[in-house]
Amino acid sequence: MTISIRSVEKQFARYPALRGVSLEVQPGELLALLGPSGSGKTTLLRIIAGLEFPEAGQVAFDDQDVTFASAAVRKVGFVFQQYALFRHMTVAKNIAFGLDVRKAKDRPARAEINRRVEDLLGLVELGGLGGRYPAQLSGGQRQRVALARALAVSPQVLLLDEPFGALDATVRKSLRKELRRIHNATGVTTIFVTHDQEEALDLADRVAILNQGSIEQVGTPQEVYDQPASAFVCSFVGETNRFDGAVSGGRFVCGSVSLAVDCADGPKTAFVRPHDLVVAPEGFEAKIVRVTAQGPVIQIEAQTASDQRIEISLARQEAGSIAVGQTLRLAARKVHLFDPAD
Amino acid sequence: MSSTTLSTAGQDRQPRGAKTLFRRRSAIAGFGLSLGVTVSLLSLVVLIPLSAVILKASGQSFSEFLQAGFSARALGAYRLSFGAAFVAAAVNAVFGVLTAWALVRYEFPGKSIINGLVDLPFALPTAVAGIALAALYSPNGWVGQYLEMAGIKAAYTPLGVVIALTFIGLPFVVRTIEPVLRDLSADVEEAAASLGAGRLSIIGRVILPALGPAWLTGFALSFARGVGEYGSVIFIAGNMPFKSEIAPLLIVIQLEQFNYQAASTIAVVMLSASFAMLLVINAIQAWARKRSA
Repeated sequence: MTISIRSVEKQFARYPALRGVSLEVQPGELLALLGPSGSGKTTLLRIIAGLEFPEAGQVAFDDQDVTFASAAVRKVGFVFQQYALFRHMTVAKNIAFGLDVRKAKDRPARAEINRRVEDLLGLVELGGLGGRYPAQLSGGQRQRVALARALAVSPQVLLLDEPFGALDATVRKSLRKELRRIHNATGVTTIFVTHDQEEALDLADRVAILNQGSIEQVGTPQEVYDQPASAFVCSFVGETNRFDGAVSGGRFVCGSVSLAVDCADGPKTAFVRPHDLVVAPEGFEAKIVRVTAQGPVIQIEAQTASDQRIEISLARQEAGSIAVGQTLRLAARKVHLFDPAD
Repeated sequence: MSSTTLSTAGQDRQPRGAKTLFRRRSAIAGFGLSLGVTVSLLSLVVLIPLSAVILKASGQSFSEFLQAGFSARALGAYRLSFGAAFVAAAVNAVFGVLTAWALVRYEFPGKSIINGLVDLPFALPTAVAGIALAALYSPNGWVGQYLEMAGIKAAYTPLGVVIALTFIGLPFVVRTIEPVLRDLSADVEEAAASLGAGRLSIIGRVILPALGPAWLTGFALSFARGVGEYGSVIFIAGNMPFKSEIAPLLIVIQLEQFNYQAASTIAVVMLSASFAMLLVINAIQAWARKRSA
């Protein structure tokens, strides 16, 4: 199902949470809403779910206007950060809830509900735990139950609000893979909110990046990383070194840092990813302050002659012998330039 | 001392056998002191007086006991005390949830005042409450005159007793439910709504079951308070034997006639009945709590 969000606006008190957001989500897509806290990503998700209603704009599911339809009629599955399980019900009852509350004529037979619950328990790899209560499960298991509960009603859309936010790093990684597998198995259009760019880039087909209530860029993980549309996207997605300076005669200059660029003259902000910095004899100088080896990569913290801290990552073979106190000469493989107004 | 001797010394000091029943090594200090104080105080304030009552009542033959404890007048008083307390607790269970709901869920002008008013029955001398209620509900009182027109007699009837006990018991229900309701996050309701549950389903299947244990506690407290209430009831009850005489009043009447044995007999009967009821309610609660942990 296609979800269309058209110029949606939402205010909380006098503070705007969303300002004219438009977004099209393709059927079967796995989309991430990525942004810092307060960027409006959760508000947008809740508006899609029908838990919040916009002041202006429209939400359509397959050209059917659902802007003011209640959550109950939208047939969306929603997964909350804090699981929001029903504590007084067993896992099986939790999962069956969406089917149990249906009117008698729409409700599947008992045996069929039980079978569906068993299937879903298998899907989220919790087979045999249907009789437990949520309090008897770990955080990761609870979130799996929440996922199964949301899927039980065969939703047209699955919405997840920071689904892995309350879990530790290992569980988060494995659940991420799981979500991808479940998405592939069910093919349901899925939107999830996260502030973790690594999670968004790793998991999503496309990423929508929000900042201060507006969408800055929508694209595949590779697009937003390699061709950031704004200074915000560039600095939010992935590590960068930021330089505020000016371009003149094909060179960007910021203090002692000088980089070759292909751009008209004028004040600019330049971003260079740590792995885009390379050792080059004609480059600018930087003194190494700290060296850490992280697997195949060496992370270097250095200081330019104009006292700016920068980060460099070099492949081990490339780096050769490097020590604190040494001076490197650096050039950039790739520079992202934006107007300073961004 | 070498480290080996240290570790063996430690093993020697491991708690053994019967000692582990009460003493377990723990970082939380003060177990001995707090349990000691608790038991002494409980004995002085609760257990010794209660056993004195039982002792007093046991100084008579069984037929005397039956005569004093289960006379027609005493039976009528029990019926009224337990019945009215039950009805009042049930009324409070309904309106207490509503009050707690309003206090937790909504912001409205004067909320802090209402919040304070809820606790008033805790603080007000019960006699004051009783006199005020009697004046209000008497046939020519502010409320009573309209009830009179509708053919309802409130003051000086069992209904009056229920009114007084409702007043006394309300804060017990509100204050036990309030924190649980506050803990019940909006998430859970939203989850139910997104799964297609309507308003009534959410209340019936999600909110009320989650409140269950706290609700039962509030009901039990309100009920227990009602059974023992004296001050506020006697002014509004009319105190007619067999009709609107509560058991605590009957005890006082027996005392005033220097009939100590009969008074303590009635007290023992009430004590046993209350204890049995609270025990049952506690058992239900424990069962409910184990399920939702």
